[in-house]
Order: sequence, then structure tokens, then C-alpha cells
Amino acid sequence: MSSNISKEEVAHVAELAKLKLDDNKLDYFTKQIDDIVGMFETIDKVDTTNIDPTYSVTDQLNTMREDIADNWNQRQALLDTAPETKDGFIEVPTIIDESGDGE
Amino acid sequence: MNFETVIGLEVHVELKTNSKIFSPSPVDFGAEPNLNTNVIDWGYPGVLPTTNKGVVESGMKAALALHADISKIQHFDRKNYFYPDNPKAYQITQSDTPLAQNGWVEIEVDGQTKKIGIQEMHIEEDAGKNTHGGDHSYVDLNRQGTPLVEIVSTSEIASPDEAYAYLEELRQQIQFTGVSDVKMEEGSMRVDVNISIRPIGQTEYGTKVELKNLNSFNYVKKGLAFEEARQRKIIMAGGEIQPETRRYDETTGQTILMRVKEGAEDYRYFPEPDLPALEISDAWIDEIKNNLPEAPSKRRDRYVNELGITEYDAMVLTQTKEMSDFYDRMIELHADPKQSANYLQGNVNAYLNDNQVDLQDTKITPENLATMVNLISDGTISSKMAKKVFKAITEGKEPKQFVEENGMVQLSDPSQLQPIIDEILSANPQSIEDFHNGKDRAIGFLVGQIMKKTQGKANPTVVNKLLIASMNK
Repeated sequence: MSSNISKEEVAHVAELAKLKLDDNKLDYFTKQIDDIVGMFETIDKVDTTNIDPTYSVTDQLNTMREDIADNWNQRQALLDTAPETKDGFIEVPTIIDESGDGE
Repeated sequence: MNFETVIGLEVHVELKTNSKIFSPSPVDFGAEPNLNTNVIDWGYPGVLPTTNKGVVESGMKAALALHADISKIQHFDRKNYFYPDNPKAYQITQSDTPLAQNGWVEIEVDGQTKKIGIQEMHIEEDAGKNTHGGDHSYVDLNRQGTPLVEIVSTSEIASPDEAYAYLEELRQQIQFTGVSDVKMEEGSMRVDVNISIRPIGQTEYGTKVELKNLNSFNYVKKGLAFEEARQRKIIMAGGEIQPETRRYDETTGQTILMRVKEGAEDYRYFPEPDLPALEISDAWIDEIKNNLPEAPSKRRDRYVNELGITEYDAMVLTQTKEMSDFYDRMIELHADPKQSANYLQGNVNAYLNDNQVDLQDTKITPENLATMVNLISDGTISSKMAKKVFKAITEGKEPKQFVEENGMVQLSDPSQLQPIIDEILSANPQSIEDFHNGKDRAIGFLVGQIMKKTQGKANPTVVNKLLIASMNK
């Protein structure tokens, strides 16, 4: 196996994604991700000196909407698709770890 | 060993727009759970977010108020993390190209002024809200997508007092732009804090500790002070500071370990492909700059230099934008600047404190208060009568009408006052003699008699003048 990415790194990414992978699955995905990362080695060979990074593949700029509120009234339809709901809330397993905040 | 403290503050301010940052759902607090949500807010596959122009403008206003340089090209990035209040499993924010950089505010602590730098500012989306109960947690996505401006300070804040002053100044500057309510108690301003200490002279920073649950400026100050002392004690005892997150306990005033941080946070940022970049023209920046409401420091200068009130009065009046706008309106209505300032600081502030309300939630209007001040200035009512009039104003009554209906008009006409004065004088010859013998108390007694006779309606200034003239005849 080449070593573009280690099993530990894949385990770390799985943990960030709150996925539980057993050892077999971990090997399986390590191989797959390793192949993908390997492809980037080809791209890495391209000389990008003096080339601006491409943040977007569209050449659109300043596509904005005016600040006007519009309620699409999708509440019930959306709640109907949630696995569990209660009193208009989405019901989820108890959150013990309060660490997740994306601010 | 002497230490220096290094504090960094990350402040999130909720922008008061009509709609969310990337979807047109209304931004409206207190609505039924999940009422103000759509497929974009829920992060459905295939939906296309669109940037709200009002958010970009509000962010620019905040940036200009904080003297920051607005980035000419901005794009958004995805910050990846998994949590139930974040249905897309990423937050759209700005990482590589922040809204603005290199801002500053000026603070004053113990009579010393100091500039505190603002490293950068971002616009981004807020997450939903979790509540916990029984054996489940409950998610409301109404807040998901509410626009935020994140303001990251430099590490120039060197004490808990400086942190407090910085937050006060930040709150005031943002509030006067009108883009946010900036109220910590309502969550429209939130503060994340990190603090480290190092021996004076050491070049590398000490290990940072993050503090959570700081729900008021006071708690920020107290939490930092506790943490400063805790870290000093550990280092003095030869220990080492752990990189950890600690929670401030409001009841004990202490910080409590929540968790030790293992490894750097790993959010795997990458450019947001669904949102085109923003190109901010100079013309757009100028337009926003020219329409920016007057900053508190400018208002203070104007109050002192043009209206002639004291620095202290000017400072009190610019504590909030509501108060300052209210005062400006009174001045427009030609109310006396000094008297208006006195009433706002005295009666109005006392009323707000007693009733625990904000000015805009009362029935007191600048029109009514200006009318009352003008009635005092032109001698129609005395300042004693004004107390009753003020109470009427708090009940939403129009002062002129109230004064007329209650026969409160002050007696200032000499032709009406003179006969009363003559009557009182002829009844009190002893007082006239006392007056001529240099007993000033006699005047007070006589004025009192006249006030009694007129049921307090006589204008004391006019009475005094007429009385002295009569006795000197």
C-alpha cells in the first residue's frame, strides 16, 4: 500500500464525521481514500506559480438578492420528513457533548 | 515572578435584517419552532443559497464603524462540523477573505487611553438551537441562517478591565450603526474568550485557555480575573497550563474544567462552491460610509461644542443610540439643550430603572418631553409642576393639554401677582421690618405665603423680583 494517507488519519476524519468504522471498514476506506489522494499527486506536478487560486468555477460576481423576507411555508412538509418530531421540534438523541459549535 | 496577561476576544453579533443570510426565510425571534425555515435552512440536497445584500451592507457598516479595511474581493468558505443544530454539517463563513481586517477601537481604563486592534471580521450564518429534555434533545432551526458578524480582536487586551472596556466600546459602536441590538442577555451579542499568561520578557505566548458561558460583560471580567489568578498560581507552583475549555460558574465566580483540548480543531475549510464571490467597489463603500449614522464620539463632540452641555452629560446621553436619538429629536424641537439633558439623565433614566424598561418601550416621546421643557423655559410651568407633567408624559399624555386641563399654568403676569403681594405685605409688617434689618429669611417667608395663596402657581422668579421692588419702595 502506498502511503498518501495513514489509517490513523482516516480514523480521525471518521471521528470528525461521527462515523464508527470497525477495523475492516477502516482498511477498506483507507485504501479508497489513499487512491483518491494519490490522484492529487498528478495535479501537484502542475506549475502554479503566478496563478491565482480558483475559488469558484463560475465567473459570476455579486449575485445577491435584496433583503426581503419570504416565508415559503414549508414547515409541516419539512417536519414530516424528519425521522422524529415533537411539538414542532426535530427530536434527536440526547446531546451530551456540548462541544459542537461552529461559530 | 511577574506575569503579563494576553486576552483574545471573539465576539459574535447578530445582524437585524429582514431575512436570513442565504435564504429568504424571515429573521424573527419568538416564532413557533421551525416556522421560519425552508429547504435551504434545512440543508436539503440541491438547494441553492443566495447571499443577502442587506447582510453584506450591514457587515460593511459594522466594519466601517470599527475603522476596519473592507476586503475588495470576498468569497465564502465551508467550515465542516457535525452537530444536530447544523443540518448541512457545515457552516458557511469566511475564512481566506474576511469581510474586513485591521480595525481598532479606543478604550479608556484608569484614565489611560489605548487602542485595541481588530484582527478581522467575518459574515457568516448562525446555527439552530438545541434544547434538552428527558431522554431526547430538540432542535429548532428558526435561528439557522440568521446573519452574524464575527469580530476577532488582536491579543492586545492585557487585563480583565481592558476586556470589559473593549466590549463596552464595541457594543456602543455597533449599536450606533443600527445593524444590531447587541444585547448579551438576548443573545444578539455573544462573547468567546481565551486567556494566557507569560512571565514578563518571555517572547512566546503561554498556553491558551478558552472560557465559556460568559453571559454578561461582568461575567467576562470576573471569569478572566479568576482565570488569571488560577494560571499564575499553577505556574508559580511549577505546574503547567493545559490547553482546555473551562466554564464560568456564575454562582461561585470560578471557572470549571469542561474538557482538555486534544489536537488542533480540524474544520477542513474549503471554498463554498454555491455562492459567487463578492467584489466590493469603492463606490459602494463610499455610499455606505456617507450614510452611516453619526458615531457616538462625533455626537459627544457636537453636544459639547455646539450645544454647550458638559462632557459628562454628553457621555451619559450617548450610552445608547435610543437615548441619543431621543435627545437629538428634542433639540430639533428647540428644547433647551441643558434642561433636556437634565431631564433625560434624571427623571427619564430613573423611570427606566424603576420600571426596568427600554426607552423605546415607554410612552415617553421626544415631542412630549420637548414640549414640557419648553413650557418650563417660557415660564408657563414651574419645575415643581413639571414633576406632575412628567408623570402624565409617562402615561402618554400630551403636556400642554394636561397643563390646561389641570389648571397648572404658572402665574407670571405682574398685574395679577402685584395685588396678591400687596395683600401679603400689608398682613406682615414685621417681615418688612426684618427685611430692612437685613434678615434675608423674611423674603423666604413672604414668598412662601404668596405661593400658598396662589396654590403654588406663582412664578417664584417673578414673585421675588416684585416682592423686593415693593419692599424697597
